[in-house]
Parts: sequence; C-alpha cells; structure tokens
Amino acid sequence: MKKKALDPEKRAERVSWALVTPLTLVLGFFLLLPIATIVSVSFWSYNEWSFYPDFNLDNYMFHLTSAVTWATYLKTLKFVVITWIFCAAIGFSVAYFLAFHVQSLPAQIALFLVCTIPFWTSNIIRMISWIPFLGRNGIANSMLQSLGITDEPLDWLLYSDFAVVLAFVHLYALFMVVPIFNTMMRIDKSLIEAARDAGASGLQILTNVIIPLTKPGIMIGSIFVVTLVMGDVITVRHMSGGQSASVGRIISNEISLLQYPAAAASSVVLLCTVLLMIGIMMRFVNIRKEL
Amino acid sequence: MEPRSRSFYALAAFFGLFVLFLYGPVITIGILSFQGPRGGLTFPMNGVSLHWFFDLFEEQAVGDIWGSFRRSFGLGLMVMVVTVVFSVMGGMAFRQKFRGSTFLFYMIIASLIIPSILVSLGVGLIFNILDLDVHWATSGFGAQLTWTLPFGLLIMFAVFNRFDRSYEEAARDLGASPWQTVRYVVLPIIAPMLIGVALFGFTLSYDEFARTLLTAGSYNTLPLEIFGMTTNVTSPVLYALGTLTTLFSFLIIGCFLSIVILLRRSQASKGSDAGKGMV
Repeated sequence: MKKKALDPEKRAERVSWALVTPLTLVLGFFLLLPIATIVSVSFWSYNEWSFYPDFNLDNYMFHLTSAVTWATYLKTLKFVVITWIFCAAIGFSVAYFLAFHVQSLPAQIALFLVCTIPFWTSNIIRMISWIPFLGRNGIANSMLQSLGITDEPLDWLLYSDFAVVLAFVHLYALFMVVPIFNTMMRIDKSLIEAARDAGASGLQILTNVIIPLTKPGIMIGSIFVVTLVMGDVITVRHMSGGQSASVGRIISNEISLLQYPAAAASSVVLLCTVLLMIGIMMRFVNIRKEL
Repeated sequence: MEPRSRSFYALAAFFGLFVLFLYGPVITIGILSFQGPRGGLTFPMNGVSLHWFFDLFEEQAVGDIWGSFRRSFGLGLMVMVVTVVFSVMGGMAFRQKFRGSTFLFYMIIASLIIPSILVSLGVGLIFNILDLDVHWATSGFGAQLTWTLPFGLLIMFAVFNRFDRSYEEAARDLGASPWQTVRYVVLPIIAPMLIGVALFGFTLSYDEFARTLLTAGSYNTLPLEIFGMTTNVTSPVLYALGTLTTLFSFLIIGCFLSIVILLRRSQASKGSDAGKGMV
C-alpha cells in the first residue's frame, strides 16, 4: 500500500513547529526555566554562606510584613504614576505632531528617527549626562541664578526624586512615542475630515476621534513605561545618589548580600504586581491586532 | 493640504524642545569631555584638551575598558546574528496558526515585560544550582536574547502582516520550490527590515545592563564596566568614555541606516515593485 501523503495543513503546522523550535528553546531555557527556578527558590532557606532546598514561607512572611517593603512599593508606584503622566503627555504630543502636522513621508521618517536614535545608545551614559546639567554648579543652577530666580544653587536638582523622574522620562518617553505614532499613522484621515464636515471643533475632533482611536497605542506605551519603571534597578540608585528606594533595589541589595531565596521571594512579589498591573491594562487592548 | 494652524507652531516648538531634551545632556558631556587636564565634572571649561581621551588609552587603575569593549562588541554581533535568524524563522512560522502559537505569542510578550532583573537572577540561580560558571558568552548571551528576540519578532510580525502574498504565489506558479521562494522572493523583499532587526539586536545587546548584571561572570561587558566606573571615577574621563561609546553607537546606527537606504535604492533601480506594499 502506498503511504498516504500528509495533508497540507498538517504539513504546514509541522513546518511552523520546526521554525519556532530554536526560539522556543531559547525562551524556555532563559525565560520560563529561570522564572520557575525563582519561584521554587523563593521557598528555600538560607544562612550566611549558602542556600538550600526547603519549603518554608519565611521569605514571603518577612518580605510582606516589613514596613520597608510597603513604603518602597508606595514610593515606586509614585515614580510610576508621575513618570507615566509625563511620558503619556509628551508621547502623545510628539506623535501627534509627527503624524498629523508633518506632511511628507520622508520628513516623518527623518524626524521619527531623530526621536528613536537615543534609544539605541547607552542608558547609563544618558543618565550620567545629566550630572553637568543638574549638579550644584551645573548649567541649570547657573542659569537660574543669572536670571535672578534663585540666589543660591538648588540642591534638589541632582540626586533627588526630581532627578529620578527626569531620568525616567528622558529614558522612556520614547516607548510612548513609538506605539502612539504607530496607531496614529493608521487612522484614516477621512474620519477626521468627516468629523470636521459634521461641525466638530478641533478639540472635539481630538477628544472624540483621535484619542479613542489611539487608545491601543497609549496602552502599549503605558505597559512599557509601567514595567520598565517598576523593574528598574539602576536609575533610581544612580539618580537619587542612593537615597531613594525602589523595589528593584530591594532585590539587588538582597542579591549582593547573597540572600538568594529572599531575593527570589521579593522577585515573585514584584512579578505578581507587574502582571496584575498589565492584566488590568491589557483589558483595554488586543496586542495581536496592533502589529 | 491645510493651512498651518497655531497648533502646528505650538507643537513644532514642543517637538523642538523634546529633541533638545533628548540630545542636550549628551551634547553637554560631549563638550565637557574636552576639558583641560585640571577641569572638573561641570562647566566652566578649564581649557580645552584631549587629555581625558588619552587617559582612556592608558593603563587604568580600575577595570579593563578595552577588554570589556571587545567583549560587548563580540556579544553584540552574536546576539545580532541569532536575533535576525530566529526572528525571521519565527515570523515565517507565525504567518499561519499552529497549535501552541497563542501560548508562544504570550511567552514572547512576557519576555518583553518581565523585569530584567528577574531574568538575570533566574539565569544566575540556574547556573549556580547546576554548578556551572556564568560567562558572558553563555548565560549572558542567553539572557540578552530574551530581550532582543521579542523586539525582532514583533518587527517581523508587523512586516509579515503587511506582506503581499501574491509575490509568493507568482513564484510558486513559475515553478519555484518553497526554499527558492524564500531565498529569491521573500528575503530580498524584507531585507531592509532585517537590517532594522539587526540594528535592534546589536544595540540592545551592546547597551544592556540589568540582564547581564548577574550573568556576565568575572569578565564585565562595557555597560557593567561603565556602571562600575560611575561609583569610583569622578573625573571627566567618564565623559570621554561616554562620548566615545555614544559616537560608536551613532556610527553603528549610521552604517545600518545607510545599508537600508542602499538596499531600497537597489530595489527601486532594478525596476521591481518589490517592497512597495510595505510602506
């Protein structure tokens, strides 16, 4: 008997599986397995020099009942909210300008690239580069003094919460610009004309047509900004001069003390918080449709 | 075309300020890296010199800048190649639904949104438990791929969503095998986008910090080295290094963008309409 040819649909599926195998292996070993390891290690015990398998909830008990944890989460959430507000406002305005006011495609691409190039350079250098600007003898202070706005240099510009938020906005505003620009470019211009013909004012067009249609882009950008700020390790430490706490710093401190199970428990709590926040935001957007 | 309204000028001014906000600080350290030998971390300039750049090339008291640069460069190239190849394969696979595709898609998204420090910690723990040594080319390499692959894949998904399938059908009708269709039709059309994926792969790896923090082992990559310097070094040598790496990044970006422009030009000059459906 002749062997039956594989039906084309099954064949296509096998090809797809073969094509995604390498990718799945990488994500399996360097994403799923690490997360699973963190979850299991979070129940382990540790002493000064090692950590060993166990099942106890002490790490969680300690983490969740510590007043420091709660204060730090509150502080981190504060950073998230303020950064998000600025990023959303800047991202929307910049994307709006690029999408609706710049008329030619080459000009749009060129200006868009101008916005994205910093994204491809080092974050640490971009943080360091605020020092000459915000320092006690920095540009901002000398300008304020020569304009007569202040008599003596302001101390809170660098190494403060202000500097942390400034750096976050500087680093992550782009993550808002790109998805919002992407959704705005796909808005059918005739919808805006129709709204204008129907007598809508500029503000009405903005609030009733453009903002609802760009909501998916705003949401994707928000997911990026929220997760990046929540999981931050170095920006807060560097820009606050070590004075401000953040959830990422709790984890990295525990790691540097080699308290891996404690760091793992803190990580699991952070992961759950981030996933919860994203879960809420995902209700407003279908990511697969937006590509 | 509409007349330029007041909102145009307001938003144009805002855009200008945003660009200044993005580039101003980097330009500042660019200028300050030419400080005279006795200059400090802030203005005024105390003379103009290349002192701090020369300093970089001399034996360093702390760390090994050039070694870490070589490692970061090599790692960037490794990550770039793997990201491009795996993203194209994944992008092709996702053009049709297959069992497990939804799960894999969410895994890709998860890879993008999971805080980097968790990947770093998790990979570090696995190597620790298995009694393996972490090294930038093994654990660091894998940890970085969890950051670059999602970007590459999302770009490829967007590319293939806009891809006109009639080119492939035409190739098939002319008797091309599946491999020939991919090699001579699909890949040339998506080539400019692949350069984009490569750019993401290289630069994201070259600048990655958190995911390499616990996975690089005893040999630092450049971002780790620079971060170490921020706590020890308080002279403009830090700015000189920042200026050089930023210029290097600009050079890389410039190269990639030129390749894209050349590819597009050659596509246009061959009189083919390939890729027109992609804009």
